[in-house]
Amino acid sequence: MSLLEMKNIRKDFFGNQVLTDINLTLEEGEVLGLVGENGAGKSTLMKILFGMDVIRDTGGYEGDILLNGQKVDFKTPFEALAAGIGMVHQEFSLIPGFTATENILLNREPRKKSVISEVFGERLDVLNRKEMTRKSEEAIRKMGVHIDGDMVIHDMPVGHKQFTEIARELSKDQLKLLILDEPTAVLTEKEAEALLASIRGMAAQGIAVIFITHRLQEILDVCDKVVIMRDGCVVKDVPSGETDIPEITRLMVGRQMSSVLQTEIRDNPDAPIAMSIRKLWVDMPGETVRNVNLDVREGEILGIGGLAGQGKLGIPNGIMGLYDAGGEVTLRGEKIPLNSPRECLNASMAFVSEDRRGVGLLLDETLEWNIAFPAMQIQNKFLKNYLGGLIKWRDEKAIREITQWYIDELAIKCTSSRQKAKELSGGNQQKVCLAKAFALEPGFLFVSEPTRGIDVGAKSLVLNALKRFNRKSGVTIVMISSELEELRQTCDRIAIVSGGRVAGILPASESAEQFGLLMISQVK
Amino acid sequence: MKAKLASFVASFGLPRLIITGFLLALFILAPIVGVDLPMQITNVINRFSWNAILVLAMVPMVHSGCGLNFGLPLGIISGLLGATLSLEFGFTGPMSFVMAVVISTPFALVLGMGYGALLNRIKGGEMMIATYVGFSSVSFMCMMWLLLPYHKADMVWGLAGKGLRTTISLEGYYDKVLSNFLQINIGKISIPTGALLLFALLAVAMWAFLHTKTGTAMTAVGSNPTFAKAAGIKVDKIRMLSVVMSTWLAAIGILVYEQGFGFIQLYMAPFYMALPAVSAILIGGASVNKATIVNVILGTLLFQGIVTMTPTVMNSVIHTDMSEVIRVIASNGMILYALTRRSEVSR
Repeated sequence: MSLLEMKNIRKDFFGNQVLTDINLTLEEGEVLGLVGENGAGKSTLMKILFGMDVIRDTGGYEGDILLNGQKVDFKTPFEALAAGIGMVHQEFSLIPGFTATENILLNREPRKKSVISEVFGERLDVLNRKEMTRKSEEAIRKMGVHIDGDMVIHDMPVGHKQFTEIARELSKDQLKLLILDEPTAVLTEKEAEALLASIRGMAAQGIAVIFITHRLQEILDVCDKVVIMRDGCVVKDVPSGETDIPEITRLMVGRQMSSVLQTEIRDNPDAPIAMSIRKLWVDMPGETVRNVNLDVREGEILGIGGLAGQGKLGIPNGIMGLYDAGGEVTLRGEKIPLNSPRECLNASMAFVSEDRRGVGLLLDETLEWNIAFPAMQIQNKFLKNYLGGLIKWRDEKAIREITQWYIDELAIKCTSSRQKAKELSGGNQQKVCLAKAFALEPGFLFVSEPTRGIDVGAKSLVLNALKRFNRKSGVTIVMISSELEELRQTCDRIAIVSGGRVAGILPASESAEQFGLLMISQVK
Repeated sequence: MKAKLASFVASFGLPRLIITGFLLALFILAPIVGVDLPMQITNVINRFSWNAILVLAMVPMVHSGCGLNFGLPLGIISGLLGATLSLEFGFTGPMSFVMAVVISTPFALVLGMGYGALLNRIKGGEMMIATYVGFSSVSFMCMMWLLLPYHKADMVWGLAGKGLRTTISLEGYYDKVLSNFLQINIGKISIPTGALLLFALLAVAMWAFLHTKTGTAMTAVGSNPTFAKAAGIKVDKIRMLSVVMSTWLAAIGILVYEQGFGFIQLYMAPFYMALPAVSAILIGGASVNKATIVNVILGTLLFQGIVTMTPTVMNSVIHTDMSEVIRVIASNGMILYALTRRSEVSR
């Protein structure tokens, strides 16, 4: 009998199918590697298994989960914990001011009775420090990596924080299955090796592990079997001995070519360089850019792809001055000063941010304001001048006209140009963000994750609008996206960023496998 | 019909509806219990003219996202410095008002810039810090009013010959200079045209400012500072401008208040000026980062109406000292209700 069995798991978010007929089995002491592109459905599957609230809030799931042959349906993570499932999340959930021991045993501390607690109840028991130390040391020993139990969390290097989280799960006596969601992403090479060793140690003690990572070599090193997911389906489930990295890569990113609309691709090596980026570094949390050298040709759509956290988002955010950056950026021979959004915009560059709600929109204002605002502030458009330019009055009529024009042009679904931006759906909000950038009539446009969080129909509309804008007005566009297929549909050339550097640039017609290899090339 | 009513309530706001209803009830009740209604109406209009500019001072900071200006006393102190110095320098009559405005302006600019610089360093906690700025500046000035070398006989303590009095009469200076300017009398009702005109002038100027390029930028900064930054706006500069504007308006506001009231009140008086102004604009329908001129006018009318009407009407209804208690419960309770019910904004 298997420890865990998942049968025909299906899940949709408001009609958007994210998981289709997932079947998985896991034996005691087995290590399962789960791989797939961002958005393939790995996290959703683990959230279902762990009983996270989001799943219930969005209408639950279909299919059965069997634990030791018994059907389970966790309503909360607490039930999953009680059933012996532990999860280490990508984000740390530790209390910075507490020691490792205190964090490991939080709310499960061994306690001592005292006179006061005899009278007032067990909430006033005293912590049994000695027993706590013993228990946490046992958990740390089980893990096989040494960390100092008395060290306060915020003094620890990132790797040790990660180990503290794992030790916390291991300290639970009932633990049978441990889920590790990209635990090595923040670790140094040596720490990652230690972690892999400890995974093997855990498996030897009979704990089953589900291991999610983008570092494929780790999967082959440590896992008994590999499950590859793509677009919400399990595309392959093989013992790790019977596969290799190129095959996994191909399965991860490759789609049936029939689904791809290969539009006209232009690769013109003789085109002059529009923007040249040299030795760029950007300090953007989670998307650090280390050393990027990149030339963007005049009139092309250059795609920037790569796995999450490798620094592709840092490039536009750094150049446009939203995060601290350094290096040298020249646009058509003129040096662009970094860390100054105004200078970039003055140089006729525009940026559509990946953070629609945070950076891209004035949610509480009308579409008119959203679309006209940057052009008004930077280029003095849509303004009437009085008293020799002393008073710059908002020209509501011109603003309404331009907004209406873009509403028609991009087919933005709204009640009127005076509707508030927050009332629009994600796809339409994205179109407003594009309209805002188009209204600047830029000579160079950065578009970051233009299709994040919008449905398939809206996606193609947005991508088509971009492509049309490029082909019609000849504006050079740099488009950043986590979805390779989308880049291959829209762009002329695609640069893959890995480890904060450009791993390579290929024409969009190149095979998915080639791109996949570049994506993981510098991920160690 | 029911849906129409519901949407009207939703757009007008339940608290405003209740307060308006309460105020109307007071007006209806007034003649029945024998209160002199024209006199009360005159009172309400007068108090509106004294307070409206102080409420208007809330608008720029709300627009730039600095929240409600609980640091209003800082601007009021600038106004008080202008007022006392104008008197000290020997100006009299309407000229003393003009000079008070002129002298208080540099104080408001300098103090406003310092205040703005402070608020730029504690983004997210503006309203709490503003409260303490207001309180501490009042306490600091309590010492200064005693120590500063004022000598004018009708301002300083009679026995010591130094240190300003708590209350200084404006008779012979700018007592009612604005209120009496073009004053209109209809029966027993008199309208302080000059004061209303000055408010109208400033309100129109504010409305116009919010329609200019810089004003648009200010609203955008308040709506989403990151959006504004990405659009090349210098967020800190715009916030600073809004704080300076607010401080200056508070300075002018207190001078207009004094001319109507007839006295300069020093020491702890500015301490109690911020809360009524904040309450008024909230009752008028503003939220922490949205406020319009209509909110200002409506809010000041409603708030001052209740403050003026409640004690007199209640006193006539129940002939005991309970009236004061009821007034406090009614007016402050309304504010509390308005604050809990104020419309939420999305971030």
